Amino acid sequence: MEQAGRIALLEELRTRVARIERATGAPGRIALPFGLAPIDGTLAEGGLAHGALHEVFGAGLDLGHGAAAALFAAGILARAGGPVLWVSERVDLFAPALASVGLAPERVLHVEAGRSVLLAMEEGLRQPGLAGVVGEVFGRLGLTASRRLQLAAEASGAIAFALRRSRRPDDPALAEPNAAVTRWRIAPLPSPPALAWAPDTPGLGPPRWRLELLRARGGRPGSWIVEACDATGGLALVADLADGPAVPERRRHAG
Amino acid sequence: MPAEAPLVTRAHDGRRLAIAAANAAALRLGLRPGMPLAHAQAMVPGLAIAPADPAGDAAALADLAAWCLRYAPLTAPAPPDGVWIEAAGSSHLQGGEPALLGDLVARLGRAGLAARAAIADTPGAAWALARHATAPVSIALPGGAADAIALLPIAALRLEPEAVRGLRRLGLDLVGQLVAAPRAPLARRFGQGVLRRLDQALGLAPEPITPVVPPEAVQAALAFPEPLLTAPALRIALDRLVEQVAAGLARAGLGARRLDLVFERVDDRAQLLRIGTARPSRDPRHLARLLAERLETVEPGFGIEAMRLIVALAEPLGAEQSSAALGGAAAAPDLAPLVDRLAARFGEGRVFRLLPVESDVPERSVSRMAAIGSPGMAGWPSNLPRPVRLLMPPQPVEAVSALPDSPPAAFTWRRRRHRVRRADGPERIAGEWWRRDGERRAVRDYWAVEDEAGQRFWLYRRGDGADPATGDLAWFLHGLF
Repeated sequence: MEQAGRIALLEELRTRVARIERATGAPGRIALPFGLAPIDGTLAEGGLAHGALHEVFGAGLDLGHGAAAALFAAGILARAGGPVLWVSERVDLFAPALASVGLAPERVLHVEAGRSVLLAMEEGLRQPGLAGVVGEVFGRLGLTASRRLQLAAEASGAIAFALRRSRRPDDPALAEPNAAVTRWRIAPLPSPPALAWAPDTPGLGPPRWRLELLRARGGRPGSWIVEACDATGGLALVADLADGPAVPERRRHAG
Repeated sequence: MPAEAPLVTRAHDGRRLAIAAANAAALRLGLRPGMPLAHAQAMVPGLAIAPADPAGDAAALADLAAWCLRYAPLTAPAPPDGVWIEAAGSSHLQGGEPALLGDLVARLGRAGLAARAAIADTPGAAWALARHATAPVSIALPGGAADAIALLPIAALRLEPEAVRGLRRLGLDLVGQLVAAPRAPLARRFGQGVLRRLDQALGLAPEPITPVVPPEAVQAALAFPEPLLTAPALRIALDRLVEQVAAGLARAGLGARRLDLVFERVDDRAQLLRIGTARPSRDPRHLARLLAERLETVEPGFGIEAMRLIVALAEPLGAEQSSAALGGAAAAPDLAPLVDRLAARFGEGRVFRLLPVESDVPERSVSRMAAIGSPGMAGWPSNLPRPVRLLMPPQPVEAVSALPDSPPAAFTWRRRRHRVRRADGPERIAGEWWRRDGERRAVRDYWAVEDEAGQRFWLYRRGDGADPATGDLAWFLHGLF
């Protein structure tokens, strides 16, 4: 009983904080909708907020490589329009893949920042005119560092992505709290046959992801199965429920 | 005259004529500077002799020092045959010290100058290594000057020939032995000169370098009655220098592409900051910010007594530049300031765009290009699967496929076995024989495969499976989707 009361109180506080944030917060904190009602509906701003820090990472083997997470961020920034700063310790990104989800190579400025990825991200977020900044963060992203990035993003209005990567699936650095507005996990899923009516035909269909919104300030967590970014960076909810229903409530405990 | 004919220059040595300098061919024949000319002519009949031109040599050396300003803002001729380059603080712009020296020696070589070069903590140690190290190019680790020169002959310390002879009579042949020898008797016997040279090489005594600056460069200097010690004070001086230089650039219709800020310390050492810009600029706020970002790396020591700001590289810049002109809403955002700040902090080669290059070989189809500028016309194939992460070099995996034209059923990477559930391919990519001879017949067959977890991989097999000349059928993982 006491537990339920506490949860209710927390909910109440959360909504009040959200209201204050929306009232005083960054002028015109607007959002980039996914164009998918179930996802946009769970986000406080009705989409991915501009002028905010978002955290994305992969799952399983891809936690180390962040390939799906990079495409997820690239697809969003492709739709945001405008130049993008992509900060890596050492570039292992293959630019044609970004172009294939609509993020044209001439829009992306790459920086190899070695151990100073966060610093380069902040430098980029202080620059007006960028649509977004992506930082590939190995290791920690503490409360102070993430708050600095969040404040810088609020000032410039850019979408900031901290693409977390780790060789260890149980990396304690990933569990540390930070000031990111949302936290996403993108896990590859087995894809259906390339041709639904001829399952034995060899070939690869569009890749599928399990998209998990683990935390969203002012929103609700959720989980969806989507078809990965198309040529313009858009996601599509998977219509057939062969891999299980994409009902958010079903996996709420996962967050 | 053929380059390899023995050639010497003559000069008066007291009352006789002697060799002033000899080229490599003459040195091989045993001719040495200082040798009486008559003796040399007896050894090498028909020896080509030119009059020595010390004034011309000095002027040429000064020109060479000015040319070396491309590497660092502080260079000076070191007669008779050397040039000082203060490499600290600017070598990162050339890609590090080895790259700087390599480029320097290669360029001089193309100009017909055989050069030896060294970098060390002190001018003395660098002088010693450049002339007496076995390798033509050597670099002493920071703090390692004493070790680097310990095994060099004492002549490497720029001592008078008489002092060298005297020391060798005492059995002191190597610099290391001289370091270990008691100082007081040495000073009594040879005067302070020997110890001063030793201390200069080891960094215990200062050695000022009088720099050359290109005469036409826009520059500004400030000298301070009281040495400056604090960063805020340096920042104020920096702002004043930038204002002056910006005004000078405006008068000349130029914008700075490279700026050198030299700090002269009271202990006769100089420090410098060098920054580059992606686009010519004379906006004082932007330039001051770029310099100020690196200000923390300056060690004032006992104080900075003078500062000099030099425009080492300038390009024409029209009169329109003003911050108000950037107000146009439709204009694309100007990223040059961001590029400059990032380049100042991380190095120029670390800020770039990845643009398409005409090539079928995946790792060659992307090139690091200037951060600002117009992209080329090349493009990437949009209908073929391309991974997000490219593994360079490709990693060998254990995989077996039943037939030449079928994907592997499973493969093992990093001791983990992945069963292939679906696959797309093969996409055949042929070697580019016009780039490398070894690729004349090389073939890679690429497969995009998905394992049971849904993770997608980009694998290729070396060879087409039929002709062994195309490859050995080994499998590699080249990327992850």
